[in-house]
Amino acid sequence: MAQPATPVTIDAESAADPVLSARPENRVWKKFRKHRSAMLGGVLVTFFVLIALVAPILPIPDPVATDWGAVRKAPSAAHWLGTDELGRDVLSRLVWGAQASLLAGVVSVAIALGFGVPLGIIAGYFGGWTDAIISRCTEALLAAPFLILAIALAAFLGPSLTNAMIAIGISATPVFIRLTRGQVLSVAAEDYVESARAIGLSTPRILRRYILPNVLPPVLVQATLTVATAIIAEASLSFLGLGQQPPSPSWGSMLNTAKNFLNQAPWMALWPGVAIFLVVLGFNLLGDGLRDALDPREH
Amino acid sequence: MLSFILRRVVIAIPTIILISIFVFTLQKLLPGDPVLAMAGEERDPQVLEFLREKYRLNDPIPVQYFTWIGNALRGDLGISLRTNQPVLELIAQKLPVTIQLAAMAMIFALLIGIPAGIFSAVKKGTIVDYIANVVALSGLSIPNFWLGIMLILLVSVKWKLLPASGYVPLSEDPVRSITVMIMPAFVLGTALAATLMRHTRSAMLGVLNSDYVRTARAKGLVERRVILKHAFRNALTPIVTLTALLFGELIAGAVLTEQIFTIPGFGKLVVDAVFNRDYAVVQGIVLVTAVGFIFMNLLADVAYVLLNPRLRKQ
Repeated sequence: MAQPATPVTIDAESAADPVLSARPENRVWKKFRKHRSAMLGGVLVTFFVLIALVAPILPIPDPVATDWGAVRKAPSAAHWLGTDELGRDVLSRLVWGAQASLLAGVVSVAIALGFGVPLGIIAGYFGGWTDAIISRCTEALLAAPFLILAIALAAFLGPSLTNAMIAIGISATPVFIRLTRGQVLSVAAEDYVESARAIGLSTPRILRRYILPNVLPPVLVQATLTVATAIIAEASLSFLGLGQQPPSPSWGSMLNTAKNFLNQAPWMALWPGVAIFLVVLGFNLLGDGLRDALDPREH
Repeated sequence: MLSFILRRVVIAIPTIILISIFVFTLQKLLPGDPVLAMAGEERDPQVLEFLREKYRLNDPIPVQYFTWIGNALRGDLGISLRTNQPVLELIAQKLPVTIQLAAMAMIFALLIGIPAGIFSAVKKGTIVDYIANVVALSGLSIPNFWLGIMLILLVSVKWKLLPASGYVPLSEDPVRSITVMIMPAFVLGTALAATLMRHTRSAMLGVLNSDYVRTARAKGLVERRVILKHAFRNALTPIVTLTALLFGELIAGAVLTEQIFTIPGFGKLVVDAVFNRDYAVVQGIVLVTAVGFIFMNLLADVAYVLLNPRLRKQ
């Protein structure tokens, strides 16, 4: 009996809708789902997002309520992760701190995307003087190291979580301008874009219909990885006292305080760092997984 | 080669001008009247006017910029409000400390990152490769200030092996200087080692699949020689370029490391300046770092050409 040279397996989804499953986005999703480390990243990120969202309804103490009778208490049944130098519950501050960290990560990247992608599209698509000016400004901003730039901006804008997010967002913008510009340059030279121009489609329509969708995948990967960088940057700024201001909880400011009580209360320093590490690892794993899934060479 | 370097220097000039405009604009972001900040408690209008005249704040903004950049080109970046010292002098005092820290961090990163990258590429798809990747990604995800705190807790507080903080100049006592710097350099070098490992792995994987490596193996060369002489030498070009670029990142990364280990370097200077509202120092640091970064970029480009025989001939 003749056997097929290559066994062909059709899963239920493909069998149900073979045309749909052949679409690139479905292929990417299927590949992404098989990426175990990306899935682990997704689980970590989802966990922290959920924690941040449900913080107000969790049965935990007020994160800013001081208790002078429970100053620097080791982990116990009453305070699972111990208390800090003002008797505040470390677990509660950790849970509420997730809001500040995730908010900073997402808002900073939204700012960077909001400025970076349009500017990159304009520079790449229109070229000429517009491109020269935008590109030179991008190079200038890229010349200043990310953290130094963020610290300088946060210092001049004034210490607060909002200003830290603005500072991180501005510092991260040049990467998105450069990435988008590069993508636009390669996509704009494609035959289908030339054809769209030839049939007289308007520039906004070409940008929206043909350029943007092809530019977005690598930008999405970069955005995911930049959320990780932004979370570390926010923690760094808060650690230096330039981000979230006391008494509001943030992982960076918790570490700043903890370093003064390493001998007496080491638990104060342990958990905020573990939380930053896990959430950043989650976004890095997600970003790596997305990059692999979206890489056409991997198909 | 000389014309290539000159061309790169010329290309860098507009970037430096734009950075200077950006750094100058930073000061204009300050809320309120800068003279009021300088005068402190003093509210006498005559004093305020005197300060305005002295710092030429009544001039139009473009004139103020040209005065500032003219002074900067002559090495005058202003005076620190806190120490009353010239900013450039302050930076020159602190920079060697940070360069020592960054150089030691770079040595750690190279010693860990490159062998791990080579090993991971050679053992691609094995458990060794998987572990190396997990460790590298963890290295990228650990906030270095937390790693510093944890190491102080374990190595200094619990085991009492290394000092938790401080600085001894290299010229004073080299052994003590290096001993004190080991922990901060390791902390600063961790993320860099992870980045280098990932890039070395990727560069090696590209080279290991090439025809000349296959030919070297077909000639019967020992695998070690194939990897180190044929593959690694060709994978080295992007790694050297990256190393030059990352040195600038190290200077920036030193900000937090110096803060944790109380090292009186460039990073501590910027943090102190920020908290003392010593904006001339902050501006000076951003400008000097950015120009240094451009210089490292230039070095990276030159190294790239020097290491690549085909580009060298062009």
